[in-house]
Amino acid sequence: MATIFGSGIRRREDPRLVTGTATYTDDVKLPGLTYALFLRSPYAHATIRKVDVAAAKAAPGVVAVYTGHDVNPHTIGVPCAWNVPNCDLKVPAHPLLATEKVRYAGDPVAMVVAESRAAARDALDLIEVDYDPLGAETDPEKALAPGAPQFHADVPGNKAFTWEVAGGDADGEFARAEAKVELRIVQQRLLPTAMEPRAAVAQYNRGSGQLTLWCTSQNPHIHRFLCSVMLKLPEHRVRVIAPEVGGGFGSKIPAYSDEALVSWAAMQTGRPVKWTEDRSENYKVTIHGRDHVEYVEMCGTKDGRITGIRSRVYAGLGAYASTAGPGIPTILHGLVYSGAYVIPHIKCTVHGAYTSATPVDAYRGAGRPEAAYLIERLVDTFAREVGMDPAEVRRKNFIPKSSFPHTVATGITYDSGDYEPALDKALAKIGYHAFRKEQAEARKQGRYLGIGIGSYIEICGLGPSQVAGAIGFGAGLYDSAIVRVYPTGMVRVYIGASPHGQGEETTFAQIVAEEFGIPVEHVEIVHGDTETTPQGWGTYGSRTTAVCGSAVKVAAGRVKEKAKKLAAHLLEANEADLEWADGAFRVKGSPDKAKAFGELALMANVAWNMPAGLEPGLEANAFFDPTNFVYPFGTHACTVEVNPDTGEVKILRYVAVDDCGPHINPVIVQGQIHGGVAQGVGEALQEIAVYDSDGQLLTGTMMDYAVPKATQVPVIETDYTVTPSPVNPLGVKGCGEAGTIVSAAAVVNAVVDALQPFGVRTIDKPVTPARVWAAIQAARGGNGKGAH
Amino acid sequence: MIPTSFDYVRAASLRDALNALAGSDGTTKVIAGGHSLVPMMKFRLAQPARLVDIGGVGELKGIVEHRKGARIGALATYRDVIESPLLAERFPILAETAHQIGDTQVRNRGTIGGALAHADPASDMPAVMLVLGAEFTLRSKRGKRVVPAAEFFQGAFQTAVAGDELLVEVTLPGAPRGAGMAYVKQMAAASGYALAAAAAVVGRTRKTISHIAVALTGVGDQHHVVRSVQDLVGTKGEPEAIAAAAAKAVEGIDVQGDVHAPAPYRAHLATVVVRQAIERALARAK
Repeated sequence: MATIFGSGIRRREDPRLVTGTATYTDDVKLPGLTYALFLRSPYAHATIRKVDVAAAKAAPGVVAVYTGHDVNPHTIGVPCAWNVPNCDLKVPAHPLLATEKVRYAGDPVAMVVAESRAAARDALDLIEVDYDPLGAETDPEKALAPGAPQFHADVPGNKAFTWEVAGGDADGEFARAEAKVELRIVQQRLLPTAMEPRAAVAQYNRGSGQLTLWCTSQNPHIHRFLCSVMLKLPEHRVRVIAPEVGGGFGSKIPAYSDEALVSWAAMQTGRPVKWTEDRSENYKVTIHGRDHVEYVEMCGTKDGRITGIRSRVYAGLGAYASTAGPGIPTILHGLVYSGAYVIPHIKCTVHGAYTSATPVDAYRGAGRPEAAYLIERLVDTFAREVGMDPAEVRRKNFIPKSSFPHTVATGITYDSGDYEPALDKALAKIGYHAFRKEQAEARKQGRYLGIGIGSYIEICGLGPSQVAGAIGFGAGLYDSAIVRVYPTGMVRVYIGASPHGQGEETTFAQIVAEEFGIPVEHVEIVHGDTETTPQGWGTYGSRTTAVCGSAVKVAAGRVKEKAKKLAAHLLEANEADLEWADGAFRVKGSPDKAKAFGELALMANVAWNMPAGLEPGLEANAFFDPTNFVYPFGTHACTVEVNPDTGEVKILRYVAVDDCGPHINPVIVQGQIHGGVAQGVGEALQEIAVYDSDGQLLTGTMMDYAVPKATQVPVIETDYTVTPSPVNPLGVKGCGEAGTIVSAAAVVNAVVDALQPFGVRTIDKPVTPARVWAAIQAARGGNGKGAH
Repeated sequence: MIPTSFDYVRAASLRDALNALAGSDGTTKVIAGGHSLVPMMKFRLAQPARLVDIGGVGELKGIVEHRKGARIGALATYRDVIESPLLAERFPILAETAHQIGDTQVRNRGTIGGALAHADPASDMPAVMLVLGAEFTLRSKRGKRVVPAAEFFQGAFQTAVAGDELLVEVTLPGAPRGAGMAYVKQMAAASGYALAAAAAVVGRTRKTISHIAVALTGVGDQHHVVRSVQDLVGTKGEPEAIAAAAAKAVEGIDVQGDVHAPAPYRAHLATVVVRQAIERALARAK
């Protein structure tokens, strides 16, 4: 049989997704269903004087109206689950519905439950709220400055925390270094924009006390855990189902008040309740990503050796500490400052700020793209400072292949790596040196071409549970699988992770089919329902394949071990005399004496002839906890042409060379890289969430927030190197976020390169036409004001 | 994203539609393709008490020859405009513009009459109508009147159409013989609306510019006819002359800034699109 592991078979998920036969949360229809909508604050920051719901309660079709006074005494507020240690983190209360104060435009104040969405919507207009508007501040640096409005009584100066990681002696190194560069970088707010907005349907059985919650979740077990806390329900009476989930990019990891409130309303009314975000609501209340203002520096020797990196980062958490909010700009950001390089002296200081804006949490890459961006922008700036080719500066400073596993100055240990071949491949593929000549020719004709490189590492495959505990993450990070073999040899695998577009229904089936020597169609992967799947921690952080896939591999191995015992018994041979070949256990030397997997499945399940001491059935489970994170890496390269008249940037070519270890399915790997690069290119060129000075989101619809369209994404040329990880049995490293990590840096580096003739030293992303034009004007000494 | 409740009237004929609009107190809105109105209703920015759907009124469809020009029914979709051989021959700028509006679905459903009556200051067709010297036929139970484009557009979302009137037809006079036309647009990345766009018609007589009309959209709070380009009449349209005329394109316009294009950039972009539109139209002129 041809090997199925490593084969680019088609995704089995796609037919139902592209033919409209998938069941999303909003498709769940139950008898007696009611519909919930939330009244949300129009102000970014205001005192609530009075909420009058009498008219709404009396409106036609309204089942119930709740305010915080009804809900909050009986529930626990939205928890923050990442209590970053060794810092002064303050987590303010986050009640399910605001009663005293609202802290961002979108903060929920009341909930209406009605017989129809239309009736609920009309009733919202009947609720009267008296607000006293207070000052807003959405910029994290300004929110920490004296005189900023005070958002939480128990968080003086809006200071969420100051966190630091240091290795070596960065201050000393900067004092003595030969060459230094510094940049101010704004990691703009981004809107995750999953195609499916969030939704929840809750059903409560008053007789049994069972709550069933269908919701848009990347991690139903975490949602079960957190909902049981918020609702004060025993966890075993809460069932969370994530049906088809239309993308998350991090935005469907956190606990929100919405799902808890829908559940609470179902418990109160005794009727099922549904809530579905529309896009405007999604942009207003579902978490945002990034939001840093950074002052970063790099130092080194005149001959291009990087010796230090230092930063002062202002990180906006938004109005409240979201589930993983505090961990992203700290643990997932500062710890990876060494990037792909040997940098002996590192210091990263992060000031977390509460602002009057939507909470910030994980968005594809979460902390690591911010780190990769600042490192790679600094490397290019440093290379220019010392007069070296930026590709050669990277090569010179790469962690050498011979030193893995390699511990960097921030204390984390990279599992495996070989960075130069990926750089070489990227340079060769894009024709780096030939392009430099083309660029020089074009400049003579008044055309402005640029080339940019980004080399990255990523910390993913989250991660060892012991480390999760040590870094304050309120969950385990192992994952789990049950492999269940039916009498006919068909296999169902129940997994703790919760894929929502990444293709693991296909790739995990490939793992199992390979193990058992059976057709991939004989394996079904089941996920997303806490009732049937074993305890796991969800799909994020490029962890699903490295961690949960390994659990699948281990559990399948256990099934196979048992099958081998049975085969030995049936063949009247010693186990030691059996070998696995061509999909069957065979007696060594007598290959015709064999038991294939299908026959063993039947014999184990009917149990007519089991060896002594072997239980009937053919099933095994596994909880896999990795010994370390995995560290994918790679180099992306991009060429651009800038039109100085309009400021437009056109990507000419985009090359991505990534190393995520062995590919289970190369087509799916490519798809993940494509999606990641699309998001990184969007971040580089056009995506930005903008608030006005009153804290109103000006980019609140897809008319103004520029998610890249198909025509705005370049052709992405992919290639790979393969360096297996030693920390899991598959050797895989994860590729879900890889494309996003360094793509924004590669694009912006290319744009800055193109703008060298104008003397433009740096430019903020997104590099919009308006900003490019303004940067050129400013460099020319003209009027470059006014670009955001 | 749920509108307030409203009454719905489906007009079977023009007479039907005009009857439904008669005596309207301003709470009745006409709906055709619905591409501007329905989103505004979903946001509850528009809360009409009654919609009169003219989608089934056959009299408002069709694109026909009119002397040396054309008559375009208000219900003609962008797709109809793109596929019309008559318009391709006489007013190729219409298809060039329509191709830059929305996406396939929008072009299949969105109507030219709807866009003109909506008068979004960043929409494309009004600028084209200004440079083509279009006339708009308005009907009501009270009668019929014809309004030139320059008087039809009265500011952002403001037109000459009275509450009981319906825009039924756009009449385009023949363009000067051999005139070249062009529509040049810089789009906002998300919406595809114009950050700045210019429509130009340029006619030549013996290598000298004898007719020129240029209009801008997306730049101010309404569409603007660019007067400075009249300096080019009598010239051969040398690049320096075009650039000089284009550089004055936004004089007197209160250029608007927003998150996508701060005012200084938009003002600059306006001069770029005006220059490019004139250059392109001139190159196409026979």
